[in-house]
Amino acid sequence: MSQALTTAHSVVAPTPLARRIAATIVILYALVSMIPLAWILMTGFKTPPDSIAYPPKLVFQPSLEGYCNLFTTRTRQTADYIQSLGPPQTICDEITRKRDMVIAGPSNYAPRFWNSLIIAFGSTFFAVSLGVLSAYAFSRFRIPLADDLLFFILSTRMMPPIAVAIPIYLMYRKLGLSDTALGMILLYTAVNVSLAVWLLKGFIDEIPREYEEAAMIDGYTRLHAFFKVVLPQAATGIAATAIFCLIFAWNEYAFAVLLTSGEAQTAPPFIPTIIGEGGMDWPAVGAGTTLFLIPLLVFTVLLRKHLLRGITFGAVRK
Amino acid sequence: MADISLRNVSKRFKSVTAIDGLSLEIADGQFTVLLGPTGAGKTTTLRIVAGLEKPDQGEVWIDGRNAQDLEPASRDVTFVFQQYSLYPHLSVFDNLAFPLRSPARRVAEPEIRKRVEDVASLLRIAHKLKNKSTQLSGGEMQRVAIGRALVRSPAIYLMDEPLSSLDAKLRGDLRLELKRIQQDLGATILYVTHDQIEAMTMANRIGVIDKGSLIQVGSPREIYEDPDSVYVAQRFGQPQINLLPAGLLPNGALPRNAVTVGARTEHLGLKKDRSGQALVEWVEHLGDQNHLHLRLGEHQITTLTPPDTPFKSGDQVAVELMKPLYFDARGVRLRSA
Repeated sequence: MSQALTTAHSVVAPTPLARRIAATIVILYALVSMIPLAWILMTGFKTPPDSIAYPPKLVFQPSLEGYCNLFTTRTRQTADYIQSLGPPQTICDEITRKRDMVIAGPSNYAPRFWNSLIIAFGSTFFAVSLGVLSAYAFSRFRIPLADDLLFFILSTRMMPPIAVAIPIYLMYRKLGLSDTALGMILLYTAVNVSLAVWLLKGFIDEIPREYEEAAMIDGYTRLHAFFKVVLPQAATGIAATAIFCLIFAWNEYAFAVLLTSGEAQTAPPFIPTIIGEGGMDWPAVGAGTTLFLIPLLVFTVLLRKHLLRGITFGAVRK
Repeated sequence: MADISLRNVSKRFKSVTAIDGLSLEIADGQFTVLLGPTGAGKTTTLRIVAGLEKPDQGEVWIDGRNAQDLEPASRDVTFVFQQYSLYPHLSVFDNLAFPLRSPARRVAEPEIRKRVEDVASLLRIAHKLKNKSTQLSGGEMQRVAIGRALVRSPAIYLMDEPLSSLDAKLRGDLRLELKRIQQDLGATILYVTHDQIEAMTMANRIGVIDKGSLIQVGSPREIYEDPDSVYVAQRFGQPQINLLPAGLLPNGALPRNAVTVGARTEHLGLKKDRSGQALVEWVEHLGDQNHLHLRLGEHQITTLTPPDTPFKSGDQVAVELMKPLYFDARGVRLRSA
């Protein structure tokens, strides 16, 4: 019997040639999509002259100059003045002095990066929390006009968010939310919550009601049952939703440019401004972009385990 | 332990009437089985007793109290679902301990451990306590689900076809086990099934339910021997009762208005007779007994015979009725004859 099954499966199993073709396509695609990433990564470790060399240098002497420039502001000084200083304290001191400059202080990159973290993770937290609660309600209770409400929630995604940028800009000015982390968190939460409700409703619909009902008969309140039974089983959906929300909030550029300029500015509008400071400083841009990629990467890798659907399979017979 | 009283309960879902004026008294310590086809309202009845549904009309009394405003958690009932609904993110032990850890109970951990282990050994799943609940076979899952009900020793057990998804052997084993547990604990059980064998073997009382109404309530023996209607008669007995037009076979005086005669094996006397009115079409050998299929004009009769039956296909037999059941044109039983 198992023999017969194996044979039946091998009919649809790819032939070695098909496998090779598929692998070639995948590898080619991966290379094409990774070239920009590799370019950014390499640029971050080039010196400014190398970064604008033509033809582009694939082999180069790596340097931390980009990273030093990213985190510092520098002033040009005379050779005499630099001579009069003591020995360089850090590697960045050394690199900077070779360019006839000294470090004047920290750049805004670290605080902007911190803003990005607060705003992106904060709005993701709120969007997913609100989303899971309303998705649960839509999934479990008889809500009057539920379909219309769900459509309304979805309809907020039907136009590009930037279409309402001007009214939001004016509203935020009046409300004092302009250039505040709170304002950005509210905005990104509002944009993401519709996605969260719709995604999570699908996941919660698939969790049989019997689980909560069993828990409620066993002496739990609905709220308890929600936390003890529904949430752990919705972990997969919550992880997926959180990643989607975070990607949007982390990468958002247009609103960030419009609504933040100082205190609450996030990294995406900040990074391009590096170019303007003291010539075309591509290595600093490369360094800033490389670091900017890391939190999303870490977050996705951490949640990868929960994305595996298998954990909730099989304990309820369909 | 407690008694249950359903008083004229009705429940509608949109345009569908699930339960229609159902009244049922279940005494303390009784094993009551509700038997009926899919969609008869069995599960809805259970859910109303559990408090998972609110009746549109009527009242549910549990242990002498009107349960109308009681949350499921405060009814001291337990529910074994048709789908075992074990929590997939918890181990078998944690599944069994789940009811004891509820905020309504707060049992100390050592006591939880003891009770879980007792129940696990009773149900022969003690060696699986550390497993994930998803790593069990169907039978083990169902035993864990039953164990989750037992571990609390509630006043009332509600069971919704808990054995329907198991294979025949396991179903037989668990049937005996459930009956034994019920007798040991003296538990009040309301059990829903569409399986007549489960109903006959386990119940103290059977309630036959159809289209949301209770048709007949009685002991398994009463329901089998003394059905009120064709419908109830058809639900019990293997092979199914033979329904023949009144007067087709010779018997004494028919009751007035008798239209249908219901004859089970025990109502049929068979004799080999060349001039008999029935023809043996074929004999099914089941090992311990035989199914005998007879043709009588355009009517079929199926009955049981011992394995050493003298009948073989092609034989002519004389069929005689012995105290059969009579029904009128609407299928209502006629007792006076």
